[in-house]
Amino acid sequence: MNQFVYLTFDGLSRGAVYAAFALALVLIWRAARIVNFAQGAMAVAAVYVAYSVTSATGSYWLGFVAALVAGLALGVIVERVVMRFVDHSSPLNGVVVALGLVLVIQGVLGIVYGSEFHPVETPFSRDAFEIGGIALLSRYDLFVFAAVGAVVASLTLLFTRTPIGLRMRAAAFAPDVSRLLGVSVGGMLTLGWALASAVGSLAGMLVVPTELGLHPTAMDVVFISAFTAAVVGGLDSPIGAVTGGLIVGLLLSYVSGYVEPTVAPMAVLLLLVVVLLGKPGGLFSSSKARVA
Amino acid sequence: MTDMKTKASASPVPTKVAQERRSMRRLAPIAAVLAGGVVILILSYTLEPFRNYQLATVGAYFCVTAGLTVLTGLNGQLSLGHGALMATGAYSFALAQNKWLSLPLSFVVAIAVTTLAGAVIGLAAARLRGPYLAGLTLAVAIVVPSVTSTFDETFNSDQGLSVVLDPPPGTIPMERWQAWLAWTGALLTVLLLAFLVRGAFGRRLRAVRDDETAAKLAGVNIARTQVLAFVVSAVCAGLSGALFAVLAQSVSPGAFPLTLSLFLVMAIVIGGLGSLFGALLGAILLVALPTFAQSVAEQTGSHRLEGNLALVVFGVVLIVVMLAAPGGLASIRFTFIRRFRRER
Repeated sequence: MNQFVYLTFDGLSRGAVYAAFALALVLIWRAARIVNFAQGAMAVAAVYVAYSVTSATGSYWLGFVAALVAGLALGVIVERVVMRFVDHSSPLNGVVVALGLVLVIQGVLGIVYGSEFHPVETPFSRDAFEIGGIALLSRYDLFVFAAVGAVVASLTLLFTRTPIGLRMRAAAFAPDVSRLLGVSVGGMLTLGWALASAVGSLAGMLVVPTELGLHPTAMDVVFISAFTAAVVGGLDSPIGAVTGGLIVGLLLSYVSGYVEPTVAPMAVLLLLVVVLLGKPGGLFSSSKARVA
Repeated sequence: MTDMKTKASASPVPTKVAQERRSMRRLAPIAAVLAGGVVILILSYTLEPFRNYQLATVGAYFCVTAGLTVLTGLNGQLSLGHGALMATGAYSFALAQNKWLSLPLSFVVAIAVTTLAGAVIGLAAARLRGPYLAGLTLAVAIVVPSVTSTFDETFNSDQGLSVVLDPPPGTIPMERWQAWLAWTGALLTVLLLAFLVRGAFGRRLRAVRDDETAAKLAGVNIARTQVLAFVVSAVCAGLSGALFAVLAQSVSPGAFPLTLSLFLVMAIVIGGLGSLFGALLGAILLVALPTFAQSVAEQTGSHRLEGNLALVVFGVVLIVVMLAAPGGLASIRFTFIRRFRRER
């Protein structure tokens, strides 16, 4: 029972990170109809920036801000320099270009920082509080929940309550009409990529300290988990992405705890296969009417 | 005179000239493979051992790129999981070889196991399109190497297995023997693929890629064609993996990272999707570019450039080719829009 409670909280904490990362994938999918396979590599690059800043200044929070800024900048660069010129008539083209980006980013990181694992510190202790002899949550878990909750809340506010969010939705939903009405569709697309990349960087900042450490390929498995989360939620639905993230997090935690940690990636693969074959639209797919 | 010839070949009634041409085209792959075999034989006697080893590596890569270009270029299925299929072939080969110590039997085992693996993934893949298929195969590429740590008694975790090979017959040096083995595999694979894609199967592949509805109306079984394409391509990957086990005389999960799968995609995209000759060019690049990057790294004396420089070069080349000349993908891009529209 104790173990079950602990694993549940641990899974929710992991799931929150996957939810944020899946949200980044969904943001780009909604804006550009591209699954950004370079998201993991971009997030790792931002975490490396944070690592440099933190090592230079000794302040975790300066590094944290630097990662978010680097994420924003990276998103803008990737969209303006590369993705804008992809022939979007085939989803295959976007995928292949994103894979090229993965190679470039991982190679550059390897050249600049070397290919060994760098341990990364956390701002709060990862020792769990005990309530009635049951280990529940660590301060770091609370920080993760707060950060992801803040992101979800502010994205919801942005898209539903602000003029710029309305423009972004319009630009994604009906580009031609929006352009006629004076919306800068290209600008909204860049903004979407920047936001998504920053959210991805935040997820990277949260997840890397809990894994083996910082490495150019550190986010590969996380990307798969987040992709699964996004697919479970239906790729089109932000609520679905968050729910999918929590489901994947719980699954990973239970499998690691009750079976063996090395089996966990296989469980994710299995979930992905089951969802893709059983309900390829995802559990929360909504916009049936929308055309690619 | 030339006018009469073109008329003859254009006429719907098969004339003698047209028939001869057709039989020439049928024989073209055999001629090309025979010529290739002669070139390889000459090269294997003239090259120094290290170059011979590289020649063998090109052959092993050629197996998998040829299979992948048929799957992606002619059937429109993008697989990022072929590195994992190569690992499957390599590990089955290693286990069989260490148990029975018979080279032909081990190749048969490797091919049989990857046929099975390819059929399983292919069955799932036939129901998926575009980024969903890419995501699933990416997951396969990342997850499969972790199997080696789960079942570490069989696969010996990260250290991997060493492969026991009998010494080559006679006084043939090991590298030359490896080059012969690799290129025998590669040329047989390409011959088989060339015949497959020129025949009715190839027509069905292209029909499914270009327009599924039209293909279905014409009586093509879409799912069966897609699964078969995946299996054929998986067999090529398995053979390639087995050849890599012969080359390295060991297998380990580190030899089949995600980047390997991405390299394979790059190789076929640069060579021109769907072209077997393009697959050969891609295989040569897969060996030549890292060697070039390595020599640059050695000259600058920076150990961090080793390996990583090749990644950057590959990535940049991939992006530039896709942005500047997506013509390689021209034939399949229309299919994907149509598939997507229908799904939504």
